[in-house]
Amino acid sequence: MDSLIALMPEFWKAAGETLYIVGFTLFFGGLGGLLVGLGLYLTRAGSILANKPVFVVLNLFVNIVRPIPFIIFLAAAQPLARMVVGTGIGNNAIIFTISLAASFAMGRIVEQNLLTVTPGVIEAARSVGAGPLRIIFTVLLPEALGPLILGYTFIFVALVDMSAVAGYVGGGGLGNFALLYGYRQFNPVVTWAAVLLIIVLVQLVQFLGNWLARRAFRR
Amino acid sequence: MPAPSPVVELRDVSKVYPPTVKGGAEVVAIDGVSLTVDAGDVYGIIGYSGAGKSTLVRLINALERSTSGEILVNGQDIARLPERELRPVRLGIGMIFQQFNLLGSRTVAANVGYPLEVARQPKDTRRARVAEMLDFVGLSDKARAYPDQLSGGQKQRVGIARALATQPGILLADEATSALDPETTHEVLDLLGRVNKEFGVTIVVITHEMDVIQTLATKVAVMDQGRVIERGDVFDVFSNPQQPASARFVSTVVKGLPSAGELAVLRHRHPGRIVTLAFRDSSVDQARVFGEFAAAGVTFEVVYGGINEIQGRSFGHLTLALTSAGGDSSIDAVLDRVRTLTTVTEVR
Ligand SMILES: Nc1ncnc2c1ncn2[C@@H]1O[C@H](COP(=O)(O)OP(=O)(O)O)[C@@H](O)[C@H]1O
Ligand SMILES: [Mg+2]
Repeated sequence: MDSLIALMPEFWKAAGETLYIVGFTLFFGGLGGLLVGLGLYLTRAGSILANKPVFVVLNLFVNIVRPIPFIIFLAAAQPLARMVVGTGIGNNAIIFTISLAASFAMGRIVEQNLLTVTPGVIEAARSVGAGPLRIIFTVLLPEALGPLILGYTFIFVALVDMSAVAGYVGGGGLGNFALLYGYRQFNPVVTWAAVLLIIVLVQLVQFLGNWLARRAFRR
Repeated sequence: MPAPSPVVELRDVSKVYPPTVKGGAEVVAIDGVSLTVDAGDVYGIIGYSGAGKSTLVRLINALERSTSGEILVNGQDIARLPERELRPVRLGIGMIFQQFNLLGSRTVAANVGYPLEVARQPKDTRRARVAEMLDFVGLSDKARAYPDQLSGGQKQRVGIARALATQPGILLADEATSALDPETTHEVLDLLGRVNKEFGVTIVVITHEMDVIQTLATKVAVMDQGRVIERGDVFDVFSNPQQPASARFVSTVVKGLPSAGELAVLRHRHPGRIVTLAFRDSSVDQARVFGEFAAAGVTFEVVYGGINEIQGRSFGHLTLALTSAGGDSSIDAVLDRVRTLTTVTEVR
């Protein structure tokens, strides 16, 4: 317990880093997921921009990337991170890699959410002359808003999960903190403190997500 | 009367869907259909499920693209028009749907205003037009409600307001009342009738329910397996259907024709010959028909009958059980004479 109090500055710094990593990956991964999901949805057979080759390639990509355990993906994607962010280690490298993995995971969720929009509504929009871009922004996304918010809430937990292994590539965060000061130093109290904070964080976001989704559904 | 001007003209149009399963057969949903809808018509298209009605109506606003043939809308062939150039065409064609297809994320007012947004109308114009349309369909008090707070009939009225927001000359209705109860159906049909009369909108209504045609339509086409098998003025098709499929539809709403079950009872009760006579308008002199029977010594008993009124004209059927001391030959002789006066169907 005493050691935990002594570690408080590191603890809060780690918490800040987790928020930093999760915040940026939620933004980039969320955006990437939206694009991948829209791509999958719009190019599938019978959809407004149906395009079999694009759909098949995109679908294959998602199916290949998604099942790779993140820790292995992290190692495999390191050269790519080096190319894009300039470095293969540290928080920014891990933000890149998590965002990439999350784009594919979230892409599938977004696709499923968009599929809940009844095709008839899109047909109604087409019948008054709306083009694809307008349909995306005035029909698809607003109509699927409730499920989409829940999908993003869901992926948030996955992001926290993925961020925990940042320590392996020289990043920080609560996962790294628990490993370094709790596990390696045989101090379970420190580990539990990190766990507790993560639980609180996830609960808060889940609560916020549910609340927003309920508002979106109720309209 | 001025010559009718066609607003929609299909010329030998076909629509073939690729096989739904690998190695399966193509689906010929529309098979060489030609159809002319004149300005001011309420054109009903009836047929059983799978006959191709929805496909046909969706070809008119190019939601579905034809495989071959010409589709003229206000004289312009839209069949090969690229998607981008269809926008102005679609603004001139409203459409309503069986499932209403309202945007659940928007209020009633925003739904009605949606086509005007697509048409890039300024906000003030939009607001005024939305108010006008909601007033027309009697839903001004629901402007701020969301679709899931409305009943089915109210949703369809919003659908109608939305479809007419851009003042289209043509309205397509695909099974627009099929999800509604009978009473609400009639409210909506009345409203569509007003749309036709007050705004002069040409309406194409798709349905599998003959009473929708009877209430609303002025012309009708009967579809079966992707083809139009019969067409004409509603009165003509109702009073004198030429095709067995048309006759089946007609029999679902026409009073005076015994059903198969009723016929069996009649046959059991009357062992002699039974015939059904059709009377259209007052073109058939009933007194003369009955006079023929009397003169030939054939006695008859009216065993079934009824009169229908369609678009202010009436027609009816009488089913007679015949007996004659002179036997079948004298009955045959009198029926030959009656056939020159009206349509005779021998039911046994
Ligand atoms: N997208 C499609 N792909 C393949 N077949 C279709 C498609 N849409 C309709 N069909 C087929 O075309 C025929 C006509 O369908 P439809 O126009 O919906 O009939 P209706 O509206 O009269 O019930 C049916 O056999 C149906 O299965
Ligand atoms: Mg249909």
